[in-house]
Amino acid sequence: MPLLGYIQNMVFFSVPLGKLVRRVSRLRGGGSALPGLVVEKIDPGFMRRTLTTLPHGVAVVSGTNGKTTTTKMVVELLESQGLKVFTNRTGSNFTRGVAAALLGEVDLRGRLDADIAVLELDEAHAVHFVNSVPPRYCLLLNVLRDQLDRFGEIDKTAQLLQHIAAKTTGTVVLNREDPRVARIADTLTGQEVKYFGLDDSLLGTFPNDDDMRAAPGSPAPAGLPEKPAADVVLRKVGADSAEFEYDGGTVTTAMKLRGVYNIFNAAAALTLARSICGGGAAAADHATLLEALSKVAPAFGRGESLTVDGRPLDLVLVKNPSGFRLGLKSFPAEGYATMIAINDNYADGRDMSWLWDVEFDSLREGGVDVLTGSRAYDMALRLQYDDVRVGAVQTDISAALAAFIREGRDKPKRIFCTYTAMLAIRRELAKITTVEVVS
Amino acid sequence: MNPAEAAAAGGQSKGILRVVQLYPRDMNIYGDWGNALVLKRRIDWHGYTPELLEYNVGDPFPEDVDIIVGGGGQDSGQLVIQDDLQARAGQLKELAEDGAPMLVICGLYQLFGRYFKTRTGAVIPGIGILDVETHGSDERLIGNVKVSTTEFGEVLGYENHSGQTTLGSGVRPLGTVAKGTGNNSNDGHEGARYRNIVASYLHGSLLPKNPAIADFLIRTAAERKFGSFSPGNPDDTYAVLAREHAARRPR
Repeated sequence: MPLLGYIQNMVFFSVPLGKLVRRVSRLRGGGSALPGLVVEKIDPGFMRRTLTTLPHGVAVVSGTNGKTTTTKMVVELLESQGLKVFTNRTGSNFTRGVAAALLGEVDLRGRLDADIAVLELDEAHAVHFVNSVPPRYCLLLNVLRDQLDRFGEIDKTAQLLQHIAAKTTGTVVLNREDPRVARIADTLTGQEVKYFGLDDSLLGTFPNDDDMRAAPGSPAPAGLPEKPAADVVLRKVGADSAEFEYDGGTVTTAMKLRGVYNIFNAAAALTLARSICGGGAAAADHATLLEALSKVAPAFGRGESLTVDGRPLDLVLVKNPSGFRLGLKSFPAEGYATMIAINDNYADGRDMSWLWDVEFDSLREGGVDVLTGSRAYDMALRLQYDDVRVGAVQTDISAALAAFIREGRDKPKRIFCTYTAMLAIRRELAKITTVEVVS
Repeated sequence: MNPAEAAAAGGQSKGILRVVQLYPRDMNIYGDWGNALVLKRRIDWHGYTPELLEYNVGDPFPEDVDIIVGGGGQDSGQLVIQDDLQARAGQLKELAEDGAPMLVICGLYQLFGRYFKTRTGAVIPGIGILDVETHGSDERLIGNVKVSTTEFGEVLGYENHSGQTTLGSGVRPLGTVAKGTGNNSNDGHEGARYRNIVASYLHGSLLPKNPAIADFLIRTAAERKFGSFSPGNPDDTYAVLAREHAARRPR
């Protein structure tokens, strides 16, 4: 049986080698995808083989905004029900990142000890992934203007999400309030479709891309003629609580998450978790589900709060105009020292046009203390045109961060940052405070 | 109101300049709002009074238009505006021939031309103000662009298009591409110039980092309306620095 022997050899060879590469690359302090790449090259079937053995299959979370925090919520909700969950926590939301995360979890024979995998996947990479590993569940959050230089156009992104839904074998969970996502239901035949939704009173406080001031992407497709019933509806958002409606009743729960978009994504996570539990993975226990939801903290960098010099320092990840707008709206500037860090590396998107689709009026009163990143001067120019006072501009992130912390000593601080700027800031902050390790 | 009237009214304004955004609802992607905002602020900084109006499908067309600015859109946006744009072709052409300054980016650059022929062979008619034609392709041209121009110096921006545009003899290119692709994969030209129209594929947004183009549009509008332009003194320190840093960034 030369073929079988060959396959077995691949497992014995590829998994230990991948694990070794993973350890070495962690020592180097960088790239979470490299070990995944190595395994992918020498053993392309590794990921599919491993994931298809899971008793409750795979759930994919995709969409433009909020994938990381939503995935984290789904994982914590399922864990509260006693499930053992595999996830790609490292923020490597592409296929190689999944392979790399798997390598950290499998035993040396390539077996994964988990009931279900919940994976955050970038829209474009999710398409490759679902072609190889059809998921049992998918959760599609939104289609917003993001990284258009990579994917082309918003409508194209909607097609990517539609493909993920089409490849899903069980339940597809859709955002009822995003027409491009809700419309995906029309194209599905065999799958069960569930929605998460917003109360009408909250629609206005939650601008979608098409409502952006004079800046729609393309005309939104018409909303669904009649709103379908949603499995979970977010009814109200309080200062540190939220009210959800499901199973015909409403419940109010405390929330550690901040920002209306995070809390709307909690409705999404709840819908998916309820589907998975309803699918026989566990009998949903509502009290423990809600308790778990109330304890979810944002994923790293997404509205994360650290402490520096005894004062809070918030990191807010901004990577597209709607995310930046929501960030500014959800985290009022008053009383805070503010820094903005804009990089234009590949992972951030090279096109700076998006900064012009965000309005910065809310920063006018207090101004912005420090601007940094490779495109700090693009940001300075943007703020000049919105009459926002700018303190210092320093493209070097470590120097800028040191000055920001030094000069804003007696104030709570907030940093709006793009993805790679956030990674750089976290590295610097790790030298002076406790920062969750991201491998 | 002319400058004398403005002064008589007690304000310091040198006069009103009316900027019309074409189809901001359907043709507005990659920061096209930035171009409108820059015109609005710089008109003010030059001592004139800006009026920023939107023109969308089905609206009455504004009167006394001094500057027109139009942006890019997705294919779906182009379909929505197509009929309305054809209905306004006469007015727009008249304004263009009369020397009204206009900035058209990406999608509206294409539709100001003769036609856009899609990959599948369908022909979307343009309004033919610009002697250019565009053919859809499978290749998407994406990245930072640097253009050498005689009128505006070095022009910096970001392109993201799959249409390949070729210029006829009735227009001249905005400039020659020093980095990036520009109008098409062959001739090394970017954009088009005709009368006081600046047409370009460049986002970025284009005007913030290229204030020379913004000031050309404003100066032309003022001269056309008031007979002369007396510039103010905008502070372009950040624009200069943003240009320096942008020019060094990879494709």
